[in-house]
Amino acid sequence: MASPPPKSPEQTEKSKKYDRQLRLWGDHGQVLLENAKVCLINATTLGAEILKSLILPGIGAFTIVDGETVTEEDTGSNFFLDYDSVGMPRARVATQSLLELNADVHGDYIDETPEHILSHTQNFFNKFNIVIGTSLPEKVLIPLSKHLWEANVPLIVCRSIGFLGYIRLQVKEHTVIEAHPDNENPDLRLINPWPELKVHLEKTDISKLDNKERSHVPALTILYYFIKKFQEHNNGALPRSRSDKDEIRKMIQESAVCDENGVQILEDNFQEAIHLVNIGINPQIIPTQLKKILEDDCCTHLTQDSSPFWIMCAGLRELVQAEESLPVRGTLPDMASDSGSYIALQQIYQKKALSQSEFVYRRVCQIVTDLGIQQDIISEQEVKLFCKHCSELYVMRGSCIADEYEKNSPDLSVYLEDPDSLMFSYVVLRGLERFLGEYNVYPGHLDDQVEPDVLKLKIITGKLLSEWRCTQILRDERVHEVCRYGGAELHSVSAVLGGIAAHEAIKLLTHQYKPLNNTFIYDAITSSSATYTL
Amino acid sequence: MAECHEADQKRWNNLRKVLERAGPFCHPEFEHDSDLLTFILTSCPILIIGAGGLGCELLKDLVLMGFQQIHIIDMDTIDLSNLNRQFLFRRKDIGCSKAEVAAAFINKRVTNCQIIPHFCKIQDKDESFYREFCMIVCGLDSIVARRWINGMLVSLLEYEDGVLKTTSIIPLVDGGTEGFKGNARVILPGMSACVECTLDLYPPQITYPLCTIANTPRLPEHCIEYAKVMLWPKENPFNVPLDGDDPQHTGWIYEKSLERALEFNIPGVTYRLVQGVIKNIIPAVASTNAVIAGICATEVFKIATNCYVPLKNYLVFNDVDGIYTYTYEAEKKENCLVCSQIPQTLTIPDPTKMKLKEIIALFTESSQYQMKSPGLTTMIDGKSKTLYMSAIKSIEERTRKNLNKTLVELDLRDGCEILVADATSPNTMVVRLNYLSADVEMK
Ligand SMILES: [Zn+2]
Repeated sequence: MASPPPKSPEQTEKSKKYDRQLRLWGDHGQVLLENAKVCLINATTLGAEILKSLILPGIGAFTIVDGETVTEEDTGSNFFLDYDSVGMPRARVATQSLLELNADVHGDYIDETPEHILSHTQNFFNKFNIVIGTSLPEKVLIPLSKHLWEANVPLIVCRSIGFLGYIRLQVKEHTVIEAHPDNENPDLRLINPWPELKVHLEKTDISKLDNKERSHVPALTILYYFIKKFQEHNNGALPRSRSDKDEIRKMIQESAVCDENGVQILEDNFQEAIHLVNIGINPQIIPTQLKKILEDDCCTHLTQDSSPFWIMCAGLRELVQAEESLPVRGTLPDMASDSGSYIALQQIYQKKALSQSEFVYRRVCQIVTDLGIQQDIISEQEVKLFCKHCSELYVMRGSCIADEYEKNSPDLSVYLEDPDSLMFSYVVLRGLERFLGEYNVYPGHLDDQVEPDVLKLKIITGKLLSEWRCTQILRDERVHEVCRYGGAELHSVSAVLGGIAAHEAIKLLTHQYKPLNNTFIYDAITSSSATYTL
Repeated sequence: MAECHEADQKRWNNLRKVLERAGPFCHPEFEHDSDLLTFILTSCPILIIGAGGLGCELLKDLVLMGFQQIHIIDMDTIDLSNLNRQFLFRRKDIGCSKAEVAAAFINKRVTNCQIIPHFCKIQDKDESFYREFCMIVCGLDSIVARRWINGMLVSLLEYEDGVLKTTSIIPLVDGGTEGFKGNARVILPGMSACVECTLDLYPPQITYPLCTIANTPRLPEHCIEYAKVMLWPKENPFNVPLDGDDPQHTGWIYEKSLERALEFNIPGVTYRLVQGVIKNIIPAVASTNAVIAGICATEVFKIATNCYVPLKNYLVFNDVDGIYTYTYEAEKKENCLVCSQIPQTLTIPDPTKMKLKEIIALFTESSQYQMKSPGLTTMIDGKSKTLYMSAIKSIEERTRKNLNKTLVELDLRDGCEILVADATSPNTMVVRLNYLSADVEMK
């Protein structure tokens, strides 16, 4: 070859600093993160811990809203408030010490209570990509939730008290292209191959190969050959049942030939073909969840305000209608084979994937023109990524927290059947919020008030449960336990919740990985957790 | 002084509530009073192993849970790629000791605490050092180091008439993370499952068959491995062993991998992938480290104060899809190499055929042992004899010829004991040979 030798690319400071996380969400995820503006209401221990795990990976900017001053207790649990700052505005001190974590991040603060801001600058919160609130009283939570729901800004609400924690996500609609599923079956299309693949696979007659050639054939080609053989024996019927699959496995097993010593052995690639039978023979169907997305109103009724996600869905829908199948993913698992045979197969899959994503891209361009919106809103690269991950597409539609508090009583009866359900902790936390609203202090705040506060909180939770028409009874112990905390925030518990809440924020900002839907309860006493959709 | 004390009491008001008040879910032996806070503040020294992603978090968490006497040990220095999560380090600290910078930062930020750093390997410290701690918390990415400290804590156990003395137990709380997944566990050496009992929980490292790398590459990883394991030793471009932290070295591997990939039409060789393969990089983010360290610190607090029953004994965390945690009790292995006190025997079907190298292969390859490079000695006629040892060059050369000898040729008799030393343990393991064909004629 005459071409000059490849040169290694110059790595930027940023790509070196963020290397370990870029391997998880890629450069495109990082761009979204770096453009994000995050608002934190209340720089409690939990609030500061959440921001810490967002500033380190490099969000664009944050604003802290907090009207409190630093107390001695704060310095015993909040790492970002030191002993010398007692009495100073908490928003300012926290902002300054959090900013030290990452020079790439901008930060500012407003030394006012969230109530004040909500009543004076209505649209203040609209400019953020996400708002995170900790230790919010009901009188702030409800108007904030309504406002952000209308403004379509995601809200994360968290609380950490004693050994108990709570995270709630409020997001109107959230779409994910790259869900990064842990286990994903390869996309092979051996049943119903497209013409180029069919021609290629049929070039190989396994029965005519010598021992050396046999050991070089990719498992895919082997499996296809035996599917055909099966069809010959069964009047053209496709293998479907478990016994059909067993029969194919048997055929592959019995095709073993003798080596030079006369010992019958089944080569690695044939073993791989046997392993592939299960996933390789399932006909490619469109997942129900994806069908729903393609039939969603947002997909079938596009407007000028439609997001790129839904426009690409509409483009994909046209391809699915034309070809009655999803675009090919275009990647293959590794298979024992010689380089040439494997690469030839891989190229056929890649070529198909490319031509399908080109089709979708052309449709997307047409749709964008028809809608009369900016041409460059969606790039060809984005469509390629979208098509590659189309089987993982995910749409989450959430609920408005204020609605649950004011209009719809949550239906918790099912969960409360189990006496150990962590849903009871949710009930206690809702009771705690109401207690705070009524008495303006945490239950058990003073040593000599623990017992009287237990009685008060029991009355409140009892009322809550009857409002929700739940017949179950909250055990006194649970009420007692939360009163024992007296509003104490423990650092290690907040550290756990802070990490979790920060990662949910990152999921929302990068549109990768599936977020919590929508309520998380953490019980540090038993080190257990649960999620509920409320 | 009195005023300072009072202010300090106020600072710890949150901890005082959970330590000085009784509660319905507390450990049956929980004794709520003000002495508990004094105990963890002044008399409960903790050792943190590792000052990396988990270590920085652990240090912050434990200090703010009231533990003011902490030692932290780490042999590593700070690198630019640490700064996205190891939050006690700044750009100006690059190249400095992780343990020292972390300790200095905390001592400055948090009033009254005494963090003592150790810039060295855990193997540089002996029994007397480890014995001083109430508890040990690990935030390591190395399985070998985990196994080593586990072995150390088991060796500190004392038995009286075959009964374990509980005062000799130093609990080990261990955390690990990878991307958005993590685990935390509580080990009471001698009482609950130890690291070695559950060795099969650690997945073996991905390796590629040499013949694929040499002859039939298909993946970009195959091309990178080719440049790394075949070309580098052959061409020796810088006359030194490959160093994944040297950009010149990585650049050379990248270029050679790309050439190889072009030759076979293999797509997907990128600089990032090359780095990942050479250094075996594990993805890491701040959030997962925060979660796992927080869980570990909470367990340390529970064990030290007895406020709640500690985790029994293994927790798995994953927030790839929603948020998921799961806890279960890993079981103690009855014949655990390290914590069972049962002598290990090795059953040999035919000592006239079994060669020494096959025994070594067994120690390194079987999931039960997973050793790195074991050194084998034995006693023959009251004299110590080295069978094989690869660590020291002169001994390796002298003993290499033994590898191809059978056990009989090496004069090893049925029932004789082999002493096995390896980096995975501070102690020597004794293995007794058990010949199935017992009446073998010795030469
Ligand atoms: Zn064990």
